[in-house]
Amino acid sequence: MKESVNKPILAVGPFHPLQEEMEYFQLTVDGEIVTDIDVRISYNHRGIERLSETLQYDQIPFLVSRICGICSASHPLAYINAVEEIAGITPPDRALYVRTIINELERIHSHLLWVGLGGHFIGYDTVFMWAWKYREPVLDLLEAITGNRNNYGNVKVGGCREDIPNELIPKILKELDLVEKKTDMLTKAILDDPVLHVRLKGVGTLSKEDAISYAVTGPTARGSGIAIDVRHDDPYAAYADLDWKVITQTEGDVFAKAVVRLLEIFESIKMVRQALKKLPDGPIAVEVKEIPPGEGFGRAEAPRGETFHYIRSDGGNRPVRHKVRAPSYVNVPSFKASCIGQHIADVTLTLAAVDPCYSCTERLAVVDGRKNVVHDYDALLRLSREKTARIKKEIGVPEIKLEDF
Amino acid sequence: MSWKIWSLKKSVWVFHVNTGACNNCDIEIVNLLTPRYDVERFGIKLVGSPRHADALLVTGVVTAQAAPRLRELYRQTSKPCVVFAMGACACQTGIFNGAYHVVGPVDKIIREVDPNAIIAYVPGCPPKPEAMISGVVKALSIL
Repeated sequence: MKESVNKPILAVGPFHPLQEEMEYFQLTVDGEIVTDIDVRISYNHRGIERLSETLQYDQIPFLVSRICGICSASHPLAYINAVEEIAGITPPDRALYVRTIINELERIHSHLLWVGLGGHFIGYDTVFMWAWKYREPVLDLLEAITGNRNNYGNVKVGGCREDIPNELIPKILKELDLVEKKTDMLTKAILDDPVLHVRLKGVGTLSKEDAISYAVTGPTARGSGIAIDVRHDDPYAAYADLDWKVITQTEGDVFAKAVVRLLEIFESIKMVRQALKKLPDGPIAVEVKEIPPGEGFGRAEAPRGETFHYIRSDGGNRPVRHKVRAPSYVNVPSFKASCIGQHIADVTLTLAAVDPCYSCTERLAVVDGRKNVVHDYDALLRLSREKTARIKKEIGVPEIKLEDF
Repeated sequence: MSWKIWSLKKSVWVFHVNTGACNNCDIEIVNLLTPRYDVERFGIKLVGSPRHADALLVTGVVTAQAAPRLRELYRQTSKPCVVFAMGACACQTGIFNGAYHVVGPVDKIIREVDPNAIIAYVPGCPPKPEAMISGVVKALSIL
């Protein structure tokens, strides 16, 4: 009997616990240690690029915002950047600022969502509940501006659909103060927590060299010490007018990615404040007659990394080619570098650290080796939580009381 | 009312299935568990296995790859089981209608397995958490 047959293979997916698409990870494990990982995607393939070629330019933003519900402001913005490049349209300044504000609000809620889920996966449900509670006011703001909690559908070629009414600005600022205060408390609680330090540091490390060779983007790259950010490197919307800095950490482990995301929330809050202060008066859209033949690309920094859209037009009212490159597509293969050599208990967290969307309720199918090793998702979650509890015991952490905060 | 239905209506345990959704309905479903909505007050709880579930919350268009898995999941649930089609995509494939990899909607796939399945629809893109709670309550109150 070959040796490889004896090694248990652990299947993660296709109804995958942590990724936004249904994905299938096949982990080859040796005892507790992961020795290899294989990725298969396309379960969630809906044929969006093909469908997009059957829709008109004005209809496509609604479709591309449904590529990912959490990046539902970034994808349309990248698409719009591409179309406006073809047509040579310059939208009014107010539209650029409105786009910026909505994108940054989206980033705040997305990063808080990730922080919560990260806590959930290591068995720290307090973090989960807090982060998701403080995320709600941001969703309320988005609903007040665009009319929907997610899937804003607010951009169109040449401008925006919905304006931010000036009466709403004091309310947005007030809510942002509240969100900032609570996030500050949450950040301090997370950064000072000895359990999280032990549990997250050195886990799923992606070195700078690996990060470059896998071409990862977004917080995954910034957590490994690479300061790339489309908002900074190739400013679109109103980012060039705002004063902010790119957050990087050098360690590359899950803790570094968490720190990057938490600190980015404050940068985003800062940006929204500045944008609201500078918000120019005027119209929010220009009239667009037709899209000339040509090709263009647009980029936007989604909460997970760079989103790239390519459009080719033949002068008709539909694109002849629409190509989308989403951030997860480049971030997912980096598991090959970050998961191998890790404990099984850390894999759920490492997978979550790259792409923090919660897509489906957890389920791990079982593919056993000859030994009938059965690990379903609950077992993995239990392993992960037991490790946290064990570490807590070892370092003698007192139970955190709610009234301390 | 049979005792089976009576017992189903108390403390519904739900299993959440993503069959090709864009994630929006999914995060709103998770949102139900968090402090603002907190449906665990009513005994509604997300469980990790379809065998423990009284209801399936299905989101998404049902892609060709997800369809056999959805059928299998439905077979694994204990009956009677209420299927909730959450969101426009699950109700009638929504904006993805006509795409080549979409074989849904959800009710079509479920009825292939069980023609008498109990299916409730909660439209919206995504439905607000309040709408989801309202849908679940309405469906259970007419059973």
